[in-house]
Formats: sequence, C-alpha cells, structure tokens
Amino acid sequence: MAGAKKKGGSATKTGSASRSRPAGRKGKAAKSAPAAPAFSPEEELHAYREMLLIRRFEEKAGQMYGMGLIGGFCHLYIGQEAVVTGLKMAIEEGDQMITSYRDHGHMLVCGMDPKGVMAELTGRRGGYSKGKGGSMHMFSREKNFFGGHGIVGAQVPLGAGLAFANKYNDNGRITLTFFGEGALNQGQVYESFNMAALWKLPVVFVLENNRYAMGTSVTRSAAKSEELYNRGSIYGIPGEPVDGMDVRAVKDAGERAAKWTRDGNGPIILEMLTYRYRGHSMSDPAKYRTREEVQKMRAEHDPIEQVRTRILDAGLAGEDDLKTIDKEVRAKVSEAAEFAQADAEPDAAELWSDVLLEATAQGGN
Amino acid sequence: MPTRILMPALSPTMEFGKLAKWLVKEGDAVSAGDIIAEIETDKASMEVEAVDEGVITQILVSEGAENIAVNTPIAVLAGDGEEAAVGPGAAPVQPAAGSVPPRDPAPPPHTTVASDPDIPSDAHFVEMTVREALRDAMAEEMRRDDTVFVMGEEVAEYQGAYKVTQGLLDEFGGTRVIDTPITEHGFAGLGVGAAFGGLRPIVEFMTFNFAMQAMDQIINSAAKTLYMSGGQMGCPIVFRGPNGAAARVGAQHSQDFSSWYAHVPGLRVIAPYSAADAKGLLKAAIRDPNPVVFLEHEILYGQSFEVPDLDDYVLPIGKARILREGGDVTLVAFSHGLTYTLAAADRLAETGISAEVIDLRTIRPMDTASVIASVKKTNRLVTVEEGWSVCGIGAEIAATVMGEAFDYLDAPVMRVSGKNVPMPYAANLEKLALPSVEDVVEAAKAVCYA
Repeated sequence: MAGAKKKGGSATKTGSASRSRPAGRKGKAAKSAPAAPAFSPEEELHAYREMLLIRRFEEKAGQMYGMGLIGGFCHLYIGQEAVVTGLKMAIEEGDQMITSYRDHGHMLVCGMDPKGVMAELTGRRGGYSKGKGGSMHMFSREKNFFGGHGIVGAQVPLGAGLAFANKYNDNGRITLTFFGEGALNQGQVYESFNMAALWKLPVVFVLENNRYAMGTSVTRSAAKSEELYNRGSIYGIPGEPVDGMDVRAVKDAGERAAKWTRDGNGPIILEMLTYRYRGHSMSDPAKYRTREEVQKMRAEHDPIEQVRTRILDAGLAGEDDLKTIDKEVRAKVSEAAEFAQADAEPDAAELWSDVLLEATAQGGN
Repeated sequence: MPTRILMPALSPTMEFGKLAKWLVKEGDAVSAGDIIAEIETDKASMEVEAVDEGVITQILVSEGAENIAVNTPIAVLAGDGEEAAVGPGAAPVQPAAGSVPPRDPAPPPHTTVASDPDIPSDAHFVEMTVREALRDAMAEEMRRDDTVFVMGEEVAEYQGAYKVTQGLLDEFGGTRVIDTPITEHGFAGLGVGAAFGGLRPIVEFMTFNFAMQAMDQIINSAAKTLYMSGGQMGCPIVFRGPNGAAARVGAQHSQDFSSWYAHVPGLRVIAPYSAADAKGLLKAAIRDPNPVVFLEHEILYGQSFEVPDLDDYVLPIGKARILREGGDVTLVAFSHGLTYTLAAADRLAETGISAEVIDLRTIRPMDTASVIASVKKTNRLVTVEEGWSVCGIGAEIAATVMGEAFDYLDAPVMRVSGKNVPMPYAANLEKLALPSVEDVVEAAKAVCYA
C-alpha cells in the first residue's frame, strides 16, 4: 500500500466528550453536549442558501412527480439538508462524495447544475446522465460526485475503493461515503469497514440515520440502535454521533473527521442523527409514523429554521434580505424545472451508446 | 403566479384515484407541509401536502369524487398577494416538439473486430503453461502501467492459491499485489470503486464459484454504471480466476458461469483455451477500458502450449480462432471444452468425418460471424460447453445460426453440455455429468447422419 501523505494528527475517540447533541435522542450525550461552534455571518448565510436550494428543489421535484413529469422512484432529501451542507463546508476542493439513491442534495452541494439534475429526473437529454440514469443514478467527475447508486449498501465498498485509489495515488484526497442506517446492516458494509481499517483508507463513513429504512424504524431493524456510531469499533474505527439537524455541528464534526482520515489515521464513522420529512420514496404514504412525530421534528429541529432564526436574532440579515435569498433560490429552481420540462428526450440512438467504451490502442486512462 | 394543485400519483403506475377528504376550504391559508387533502386508490391512501405557502383560492374537485385522473387540477393555491385566477401559463410545460423518439428503435451500431496480429515468420516460440502465460501477462502489464494492480485472496504472500500470481509480490511489492480478506462482495466492490477512481484493478477470485457473492458489484456497479452515467463512469477492471469444474470438488465448487456473465450488456467475457490466447487476451483485457470477466480453467493451468516469444503479444477481444479446418461439421467450443472437442475431431477423422473446430475465445461479444461462415461451409453444427444447456452458450449460438444461416443447415444444431444436475461428487457420476469426447463424437455423427 502506498504510504499516506501525512501522518499523525489528533485522535478522535469513540464517545469523546466533544460529541454534539443528537437531535431527539435522550441520554447522556444530550446532557453533556456543548453547543456547536458558531458560524461566521458568511457561513450562516451560505448554509442558509445551500439548504434552502435543496429544500426548494426537492419540493419542486415532489410536485413534478405528482404531475407525472418524473417517473419511477424518487427519494427526497427534505429534512436532511444540514448533513450534506455542513459536510461540504468541512471538506476540501477535490475531495469526493458517493452515496445511495437519495442523492439530489449531495449533487446540489457538490455544485452540480440544478438544471442538469432536474432534467435527469424528467429523463431528458440535458440530464447529467443524458436521461439514461434517472433520479438514482447521476455522476459528475468534474465535481467529484461519484453517484447515485441504487442497491442498498453497494456504494460503501465503492467508496472504500475510491479511497483506496486516493491512497494508491498518494494525492491527499479523501472520500465521504454516505449510507443510511438501513444499509448499515448489510454485510458488505462490514467487509468495507474491515478493509478500510486494515489498509487505513482515507474515508469518512457518513451514516445518515434518518430513523426509517423505508417503513422499518431503526429500533425494529438494528440491534443497539442507540449507538450505531459504534458499529466500527470492533475494527478500531472511531465513531461519533452528530446532531445532523444542526449544520454547525455537522461541519464541526466533519472537519475533525476529515482531518483524522486525511492525516493517515484510517476511516472514521460519523452518525448523523437526522430525519426525513417525506416518505421513503414518492410512492410511500409513510403510515408507519405519526403525523405528530414529523410535525414535532419540523417545528423543533428543522435545519433551515435553525439557521434562519440565528440569522434574524443576530441581525446578520433582515426578513427582507432572507426573502431576497428565497426569491433567488426559487428562481433557480423554477429555471431548472422549466428546463427539465422543455428539454428534449434523448435521441433514439442513445439507446445503444455508453454500453462499452471504445478500446484505444494503448489502453491506459 | 398561482399554482394549480394537481391530483398526485401515489405510485409510478397509478392512473386514477378518489379524493377522499378535503382538510381545507376555500380561503384557508396554508404553509408548506400542511395536509390539505386525502386521496385513495384501491391499494393505498395518502395525504396531500401543500408544497408551498399561500391561500387556497379555489377547490376544483369535490370531496368524495372518484376516478379522478392523475394530474387533474384539484385546487388553486395563490401566493402572497397573487391573483386568484389561473392563467394558461400555469399549465405544465409540454416536452419540446420532436422530442418523442421515432417508433422504430435505432438499430444497434455495427462493430468490426480486428484479426489476430500477424506473427513474424521468424518469431521464436516458447513452450509454457497457461499458468505461466497468465502470470507473464499480468507482470508485463504491471511493468507497462503503474495503475495496474492485483488484489484477491492469497495472491501475494501465498503466491496465489493456484500459483497464477507467483512472483508478482517480489517484483511489484505489497502496494500493487494485495492480499484481501475472504470477502468477495466487499473487495469486488472496492475494486470497482478503485477503477472509478482511475486505477486498473485485476481482481482475482480464488474461483468463480465465490464470485456469486460479488455478483451485484460485478453487474450492477461494474457493468451498468457507464450507461447509467451517460458515458462518464468508465470501469477498467478485470475479474479473473478459474471457472468451471475442476475434479471431485462437488456441486458448489464446480460450475461454469460463462452464460451468466455473457448475458450482461456492459461486460466483456473471455474464456481462453491455449496459453498463447490466455496471455494475449489477458493483456488485452487489462488494457480494455471496460469491465472484463476473464474465465480461466483449473485443469488447463498446468497444460503447456507454444507461445510466440514477442515483446508485446496482445490479441483482439471478440475474435474466434479456427483451431482445425474441416468440411463436414463445425464444432464450436471454448476453454476446457476444446479438450474434448479436439480429441473428438481426431476420432471423427478416423471415421472419415472432417470436423472444423472453432475456439470462441471471447464469449461476449461473440464472434458469430466466424461461426456462421463455418456453418455455411459445413452445413452442420455442434456446440460444446461444460455448463448447463438451459439458457446456455450453445442455446445462444443455435438461435443465432437459425436466424442468420437457417437455409444453410442440413441438420438441427446439436448441443453437448454438462448435464442439468448439480455436480455430483462420486467419480463415476461426475464423469457422467460432464461432457465427454464420446458425447461430442456422437453429436457430430448425428448431425452428419453418419
């Protein structure tokens, strides 16, 4: 194995005192948790805008799904916006992300064009996969977003493989590998934990615990569900629970985790305690939880409202300024939606393209 | 602009539904996320949420109405200070004219495959085993390209479970020759990720029997991602190892997976017989920008063949080789199937039947043109494979020949294959389960009406 570029760095211990307060989870962590480090005014406004873009984009996608403009499966990220937003703020240019099929938010924070994402949802030629991937399968090498994968858990060894390549190339890059608490019970996840720890791969395993694997609550599917961040401990992988509804806590934990793995210490697990407001996919009526549970989460922990309140309380911006941001975001989403409806379907010849790449005489990349 | 709230679809297949209940009335202010109505189908019910804040200015479909088509406007939502009326502009934008593909699907593009490179007449040949040829192919490509590495169980310190990777650790070190834990699903996926990340992994499966655990990564991740990404995510990876029946190892360790992988668009599948082809095709597989399943055979590993002693012997993927020319019947086989087939051709010659023997070498894309050309000459065809016949390689060849050379056939195509049972352990039963020289001779005689 290629040696890591940098060595040393401070260890993040499992269950360290610096852990953030998990949303809605009762216990020791909640009592001892210090407040997340404050954001600069620029960071607050940046986070607000980024999260709002995801929220409005997803609302629009849901609306367009209902209108029959988006087909098949469509998994919305509403409620979980702080996770990708905070983590993107924590990593460096050139670091990679890979995730499952609930991927729209990840793509937007990676800087992928909302028009291209929405056009993929509608199956048009201007989509990121030329209309051949759909909601679950989009990629951008340029923006270091590696998908968009439809089989629960399959992206975890893939993410470990991206990290393997980074280590092999000794390029100092790290990989954020996202998966849900449902995927966490997959065997291949532990196979990946083992290899990542064994070979000290530069990977942050981001466990997005939104509490429901489709309709099965985490308490009904995972043993010891109150400390999933510990699931790597037998491999010596440190883990930490994070209030995934507080973008500041996410960024803070993300920075520490990124440093830990970039410094050559191997993988680390961040358990993002979050919540999805919508059903698993658009065709899920979400009858497995109460309306009150969702409303309580929205009312007390909404990631966007938290930032909004802080901005207004601290006088970083006024209602009118936020309304202006809101308008700009809505305009961007509307533009994406219009493009995605007006853009042409793929040419029939696209049926046959991209099955195989042409071999070149020399090979190589 | 006011928004028309449309009858939503509960699922990708829903067309109609019932508006079971309104939870708001005209004039009510709503915010995003408020439930405004309940809809039902025969299968499920769902709450309709307001997607935006505003005032419900009109309710267009009354409570209890049934058979409401998806996308029918059911209410009008006006934003802050907006007019209640909905202009034509609020209708969903239609796809651009001309965007509907023509009814006839575009035909698949035509591809041509280069022939084997000419071997100089003064070329020197060396005798080597298939095992050595495979090792040399990997070593040569690893010298040539730093991004090529080998990973798998026992490939490094143990020197390979079947000694195919012998010596590679010494030459290339532990960074590029990597022992993995016994976790096929995980390390196959890790290899695919590394290929997405710009490397050229060679993933060795101790045998392909264990690759069934990795099938999802090979097919869903390696084979399909290029297409699903609109051409962005190439996956230059080789999955290699012994395939098919060894000897007396029982049902779980004796299976030919050729037809499984050959079924999948996005994969190349190679199954060589000779050492020269093993070397030239493995080098081609490592250089290929696509995922390649490279099926070896344990029984062939120790067999020796003449291999041209050239600096860079690379063969084209997708090209069959005529191993023996003949005029009476065409015998098509691959991998260890050639062992039976060549012996059968000798036996047939003794009885006056001249058999043409074709080694497919690549299963996907298959060189059907060579098979068709031969059938047009001999008018008779027998296929040979160790795998089960049901949905097998022989079935595929028979269908292709029927489609492209129906009028040239003087007899039905016959398939020689492994018997359609799990591989038995007992020596006599195992022998019965596998194809034999006799089976091939009998089939050839049958199609020759001899």
